[in-house]
Amino acid sequence: MNQLTAILEGIGSTVQLLFRAAFYTPTLWRQRARFIEQCYLIGYTTLPIVAILSFFIGSVLALQAGYSMSNFGAKQFIGSLVGLSMARELGPVMAAILLAGRVGSAIAAELASMKVYQEIDALETMNIPPARMLVLPRLAAVLVMMPVLAIIADLVGWFGGALISKYTQSIAIEPEAYFSVLRRFMEFKDVLNGLIKAEVFGFVIVLVSCNIGLNTRGGPREIGAAVTKAVVTSLILILVLDYFVTKALMHLQS
Amino acid sequence: MTCHPTRNPFTHSETAAVGVAVEGLSKSFGHFEVLKNVTFSVKPGEIFVLMGPSGSGKSVLLKHIVGLERPTAGRVTVDGRDAAAESTREQVRMALVFQSGALFNSLSVYDNLALYPREHRIANEAAIREKVMRALQILSLEGTANKAPSELSGGMKKRVAIARGLVMEPQLMLYDEPTSELDPVMSATIAEIIATLKEEYHVTSIVVSHDRELALGIADRVGILMGGELVSLGTPAELRTPRDPRVAEFLNPKIDLKHPRFKKLET
Ligand SMILES: Nc1ncnc2c1ncn2[C@@H]1O[C@H](COP(=O)(O)OP(=O)(O)OP(=O)(O)O)[C@@H](O)[C@H]1O
Ligand SMILES: [Mg+2]
Repeated sequence: MNQLTAILEGIGSTVQLLFRAAFYTPTLWRQRARFIEQCYLIGYTTLPIVAILSFFIGSVLALQAGYSMSNFGAKQFIGSLVGLSMARELGPVMAAILLAGRVGSAIAAELASMKVYQEIDALETMNIPPARMLVLPRLAAVLVMMPVLAIIADLVGWFGGALISKYTQSIAIEPEAYFSVLRRFMEFKDVLNGLIKAEVFGFVIVLVSCNIGLNTRGGPREIGAAVTKAVVTSLILILVLDYFVTKALMHLQS
Repeated sequence: MTCHPTRNPFTHSETAAVGVAVEGLSKSFGHFEVLKNVTFSVKPGEIFVLMGPSGSGKSVLLKHIVGLERPTAGRVTVDGRDAAAESTREQVRMALVFQSGALFNSLSVYDNLALYPREHRIANEAAIREKVMRALQILSLEGTANKAPSELSGGMKKRVAIARGLVMEPQLMLYDEPTSELDPVMSATIAEIIATLKEEYHVTSIVVSHDRELALGIADRVGILMGGELVSLGTPAELRTPRDPRVAEFLNPKIDLKHPRFKKLET
């Protein structure tokens, strides 16, 4: 019962924070320095690891597909399988999971420590809303950076798949053949689909992490608790939202 | 003197001095009652000093005045407006010097001071620079402008927090133990600053302090809070001859080596 009210309270305060931040959207231009700093932080912390992970995910996909598809002589379609899985599902989800681990945790830690050490109180007495100064630039930055992360994940994943397909003896498909199948069976809307998902995940992760950080109460120990809570909540939300967003997008496109 | 306006020291624009009224304020955290039916008022342009033992609820009281806490019962108004309402902060310029300083740790000292005028677009960068450097100079902090708060000593942090309040040019300034970590000369400087803000700019000040000299030297009135109750309220002159024995003991504790206080606890 207590947990249920805590969850409902969390949802309520998150939605409230969203509206507060949205209200200050017109101030974004004069906060452009903060916005650029946040874009840089998201890119700098998340891009390299997204690239590395997607490379291996693409490779494994090709390997597994080669193993199962060559049994019924369909291994020339590996390109389309890797292409679609990365673009529609794994690219956005991997990028989101890494964003939760690197950016969500950092946001929760920073805002929680500002709260615990009364910096947030100081901002409020100075009539500088935290939603404007701390939340809005981060939300705007993630909206800009998330598609970039997802596209990089897709491209590197495809490339990893192509490399493995060429150099694994049991598959041995040339990159030209791999990419021509990939192009034939994929449409732009598949990539777009993935980008929309990435956008939703990224936005929710940053919003939830900000809210958890700003609602921290107590001493330094709660900072660690806030970080854990932000990451765990983000991961759960990614997987739950994944289902619903996928379903909604399919419904829209049919 | 109550009708003097607050003059803005930099733009010389004038805004009315503000008063504060605390009416029957009670505050509980869970079952723990921190403030019990506290009533007093601070007139526009007055220096009100609040004293009291550690843990008596002074910081909690200040937080109610700036609207960071909401009363369990009773009401706090600033310039006639409900202190708990968000709009009050937009109408009345208030600065609170936190007991811990509450500096922004990710910003340099300079940026800590410049944040308020920048965010509220009060002046251009050159004018802000002038203001900030002047505030730092007043508090002998010129050398620290580019330092991070983590590189400062406790007393320096306190002074930066005061300087940050000064740059805001508030109508109402609240200080939570501004002199507790400072040497005697610096403490005197702070007392002079508070008195000057009153004399020249008619800023209303509420000062929480354990510093008797400061209280008796610059206060218009002194309130004493004990266990969440306001047990005494009067001018510094009245305070020199307190009637309440608890207040007398609090203001003039004798160091008694023959019968130490902590030993009385054991019997
Ligand atoms: N957020 C809070 N939750 C629960 N209890 C609190 C909270 N804030 C303060 N208290 C309690 O309220 C009481 C008064 O605290 P306050 O900080 O106002 O004391 P103070 O008079 O400022 O003391 P000091 O002179 O040591 O600063 C203390 O017993 C404290 O434990
Ligand atoms: Mg205190």
